[in-house]
Amino acid sequence: MLPVFFWLFAALMLGFAVAVVLNRNPVASALSLVVSFVFLSALFFMLDAYFIGIIEILVYAGAVMVLFLFVIMLLDLKAEERRKFNIGVLIGGIVVAAAFFAQIFAVVQELPFGGQTFPHLATSDAGLQDVQNVGHILFSSYNLPFQVIGVLLLVATIGVVVLSKRELK
Amino acid sequence: MELTLNDYLLVSGALFCIGFAGVLLRRNIIIIFMCLEMMLNAANLSLVAFSRFRVQLGLPNYSGQMLVFFIITVAAAEVAVGLAVIVALYRARQTTHVEDISSMKF
Repeated sequence: MLPVFFWLFAALMLGFAVAVVLNRNPVASALSLVVSFVFLSALFFMLDAYFIGIIEILVYAGAVMVLFLFVIMLLDLKAEERRKFNIGVLIGGIVVAAAFFAQIFAVVQELPFGGQTFPHLATSDAGLQDVQNVGHILFSSYNLPFQVIGVLLLVATIGVVVLSKRELK
Repeated sequence: MELTLNDYLLVSGALFCIGFAGVLLRRNIIIIFMCLEMMLNAANLSLVAFSRFRVQLGLPNYSGQMLVFFIITVAAAEVAVGLAVIVALYRARQTTHVEDISSMKF
């Protein structure tokens, strides 16, 4: 884990996250979000979570963002026309978010083990068998939640079909 | 200089706060939805960091990564349903601006 790369990826991820909030064009926001999530998955790779990193790219950059762009283009949203700017909302939002970050910062500084470095993994010659380990635990200890999540996806699919029908009563 | 757990937690907290600020500041409902995804992913980052931090028998604690897996799945389902709601809303009102949708406002 090279600290230089961590700070580079973290800075790029946060920069594109800010771009999501600041862009007035929804398509530009969605594309910034894709780039931000790709750098986030780079951080997952640096934490040796290879499976989660790949899933992040596949699900977010591959599926979720395509869905977002599809809806944005289906609705044919123009760049937001300038409305009267509510300065109170702007200041209030920034102050609340900054106060929240200050709170997180204070709590993280208080963590008794927060300043410790990450312990080393016992890797064999083949390296960390990440996907194998994740699959083993997913289908043994977390088998019931895994099946419940399947039901959830089915329910979501049915819900989307019902919502998308022409006549909404 | 080695990286510590604090570094990851602070980056995660910063990402969460950017998403939070986006939800509070933006008035386009699709952008608000994207910022919600950003906040979920900030939580994922801290979960993976804790998972890597708690090494057991030379392996990361995979319970954290399992939770991340379930969060990603639920977020994907949430995006599908949420965007369907937004499309239905747009059909009824021809707007995605939250200030134009105030019929439930007290």
